[in-house]
Amino acid sequence: MTIPFTHMLFLAILLFVMGAACAMTRKNLFLILIGVEVMLNAAGIAFVAAAMRWLDMNGQIMVLFVMTAAAAEIAVALALIICFQRQSGSTNADRLSLLKG
Amino acid sequence: MTVFNIIFYIAAAIVVGATGLAITRKQVVHAVCYLVISFMGTAVLFYILGAPLLAALEVIIYAGGIMVLFLFVVMMVKDTPPSIDKPSRVKRWLPAMILAGTSALISGLLVFADPGNRLRPPIVTGTPQEFGNILFKDYWFPVEIASLLLLAALIGAHYLGRRADHPEDTP
Repeated sequence: MTIPFTHMLFLAILLFVMGAACAMTRKNLFLILIGVEVMLNAAGIAFVAAAMRWLDMNGQIMVLFVMTAAAAEIAVALALIICFQRQSGSTNADRLSLLKG
Repeated sequence: MTVFNIIFYIAAAIVVGATGLAITRKQVVHAVCYLVISFMGTAVLFYILGAPLLAALEVIIYAGGIMVLFLFVVMMVKDTPPSIDKPSRVKRWLPAMILAGTSALISGLLVFADPGNRLRPPIVTGTPQEFGNILFKDYWFPVEIASLLLLAALIGAHYLGRRADHPEDTP
């Protein structure tokens, strides 16, 4: 089995750019979070591909920490969205600009 | 061209397709469902790339944990009214375009700096045993920090998500 490392890198970069575009252009807070999740997932793919390229387990272990960070981030972010939704009745990111004094 | 190459490219195509569908949906529930497919495909990729434990964790944590939490919250929250102001198309897409250009540049540099690397190792390189050995020998301190991070996230999520009209919840 010979898969070029660059193909995996292209896959990771493509997914990362897709996630970033989603996070930057969407208005719904949930869809922004989905974009962030896609970006983290792309980083994980790049880490695993690099771990295989250099035959080094450290890359795989980093993915575990990325998953931990993603889980913690999503829990807090969803709690913040619920909090914000209770106050303003909306999950639209535009409404967050009303926080300005 | 072995069977694993074919599986790799099929899984990669499924991941890209499902992610593309997920990020263009209007309904959050549809996006989450497509994202679950994307994470399943990523798990297949991880398995092929020699990380069976991470493949299992991807399904359990991402597809099973995070996405289900997402669905719960999406169903808790009421439907959202449409956007207040409509910014111009350029203003919306310019940051994404800048980021895409930067990523393309960096990836081009990466690819040309290290071309023609072919991966020929066995299918499974990292057994869960090996993974655990390295994790708890060399990375015991980051593991503690990660557990602290999860504890902080748990307490923070509980504090932010409490209802103000429940006096027993307020600290």
